[in-house]
Amino acid sequence: MKKVKADPKGVLTGSHYLDGDFAIAEGALAVGCRFFAGYPITPSTETAERFAERIPFVGGIFIQMEDEIASITALIGASWAGQKPMTVTSGPGFSLMMENIGLACMMETPLVIANVQRGGPSTGLPTLVGQGDMMQVKWGSHGDFRIIALSPDSPQECFDLTIKAFNLSEIYRVPVFVMTDECVGHMHEKVVIPPADQIEVVERKWYEGPKDKYLPYKPDKDLVPFMIKAGDGYRFHTTGLTHDERGYPVINAECQDWVVRHLVDKIDKNADKIIEYQEDQTEGADAVVISYGITSRVATKAIQEARKSGLKVGTMRLITVWPFPEKRIKELAKKVKAFVIPELNLGQIRLEVERCAFGLAPAIGVPHCGGWVHDPDDILKAIKEAVR
Amino acid sequence: MKEEDRIEEHSPMEKFLRMDRIPHIWCPGCGIGTVVTSFTEALRKSQLDLDKVAVVSGIGCTGRVAGYVKLDSFHSTHGRAIPFATGLKLANPDLKVVVFSGDGDIAGIGGNHLIHAARRNMDLVVICVNNFNYAMTGGQVAATTPIQANLSTAPYGNFEYPFNLPYLVDACGATYVARWTALHLRRVTKSIQEALGKKGFSFIEVITPCVTLYARRNRLGDGLNLMKYYHEKSEIQHGADTRTLAIDFQGKFIVGKFIDKEKPTYLECMNTHLQKALGEKYVPYGVRP
Repeated sequence: MKKVKADPKGVLTGSHYLDGDFAIAEGALAVGCRFFAGYPITPSTETAERFAERIPFVGGIFIQMEDEIASITALIGASWAGQKPMTVTSGPGFSLMMENIGLACMMETPLVIANVQRGGPSTGLPTLVGQGDMMQVKWGSHGDFRIIALSPDSPQECFDLTIKAFNLSEIYRVPVFVMTDECVGHMHEKVVIPPADQIEVVERKWYEGPKDKYLPYKPDKDLVPFMIKAGDGYRFHTTGLTHDERGYPVINAECQDWVVRHLVDKIDKNADKIIEYQEDQTEGADAVVISYGITSRVATKAIQEARKSGLKVGTMRLITVWPFPEKRIKELAKKVKAFVIPELNLGQIRLEVERCAFGLAPAIGVPHCGGWVHDPDDILKAIKEAVR
Repeated sequence: MKEEDRIEEHSPMEKFLRMDRIPHIWCPGCGIGTVVTSFTEALRKSQLDLDKVAVVSGIGCTGRVAGYVKLDSFHSTHGRAIPFATGLKLANPDLKVVVFSGDGDIAGIGGNHLIHAARRNMDLVVICVNNFNYAMTGGQVAATTPIQANLSTAPYGNFEYPFNLPYLVDACGATYVARWTALHLRRVTKSIQEALGKKGFSFIEVITPCVTLYARRNRLGDGLNLMKYYHEKSEIQHGADTRTLAIDFQGKFIVGKFIDKEKPTYLECMNTHLQKALGEKYVPYGVRP
């Protein structure tokens, strides 16, 4: 993994008062994203607007495409020409992107997509919060594959995790998602942007061997193949079809097994290096609240109340949602009476916790269809039930 | 003859094709290979640096072209070759990006991208092989199928109005528009060569025989019969009004070069406009010093 210094042109060093959407754009510019293709959709549009306003002074491309399908596909093309590309969207646009998210996975293309989640399904609640796309991001495109998804809980983390998302996408040659939500996206808070030399930027794993020996899909030791870019004389081929190490289509079960397992293993076997979460007072806790995004901010109030009344409550905030911290949840399941999972959907991550707990501790959900955040009392009630 | 005196046999296409992927999958009598030959000939004549030429295809019979050309080549998703190519071109303006795909891919499922790329005058060469049907999936009706033609999803004949593709892209602002058939080998080559040599959105429609499906289902005979049809019924009219280019089932139709004009490309417009609006603070993009 080659680390380089951030290009200071894109880094707006200083202390700012920004909303989450703007902070995503600043994170992208800071880490060296110079290619943004997108389509307006509430509540994510501010990221595109910010990028459009800033990019002429940095040097790069902002293009408003004709739809979200074109946006994600242009990103794949741009990535293969050597750019670090990004787009931003919300539910309906995210649904439109699904087929080509699969193409990006199949072609092992680094790119970043931020989803500022709103209430769904369909047009749902364009201006109001939701967290209903957490399973869609993992399973939304057809077939078996793996992606990485992060969930920021503040504008500062929108900035930080966008940088992390780009770095992870370059390391693993995979689409990485910043799964934020309308509340965090529109929440204004202090965002500190460090000097350029303090921003960690990971360089793509460029191939440097002899040209005629290059194989675009030959996994390296870390399972990630080396990459090259169009125009450098490799005359390579890549396809969305099941393919061999050369990138040539091979339509049979053996090659399918090889390529699909590779896409899955590349992330699963590196999961420990990717997963990040924040724990507090889980040691000796009777109940652990597992949350992410805006819901973790709301849960804080309930947890404070519970602790005040003497309950032993720990918290686990998911920063990486996919891959999922299975091992840690299994460990905790042996020790706690129950998990409490508040989320702005009807239990998408709750089911995942239940799976990882292997029946050792119940996973009590605090479901909410979105449109507004939880009443902390509802989370408190669930905590009280959990510790009983 | 001594071994060292033997002249090794080479295909003249070797420089341009991935010979390790030949034979191709196209049917006997298909016209796609003919268009590929014209394309490679145009590349040879244009003397472009082949390391800087990229081909993007979508899905379908013609979508397989990307897999056979020995260039940086991308086989993308159905209908999305143009936005893929847009990303590639904008990310590295030094590339000459060619979209090579079929009528169903470019004008059917990908129609929205086609009109917007033409509107923006994106610097792309689009070669659209039109065989009047969705052939890869077994011969279904397409947005280009002439009225009356019989296909598996129009089993009693097509009654939908088809696209007149040159008119469509002309109306959207394309700066180079031509139509030929698989019979017009040299003219296809010349058109591709001209398109490769200029900036802006170029669109070349090539009407080709689909012997296995379109011709068989409509009892039009084999490849030779279709070539005869092109020979008898196509009429060259350079500069023809694109409104007059509709194609009736087995009727007369017009081919030729209809549009060849100059207009700033997307990137040129972006740089000029932002430079004017922002002055020296603007950092030009993709401009060689």
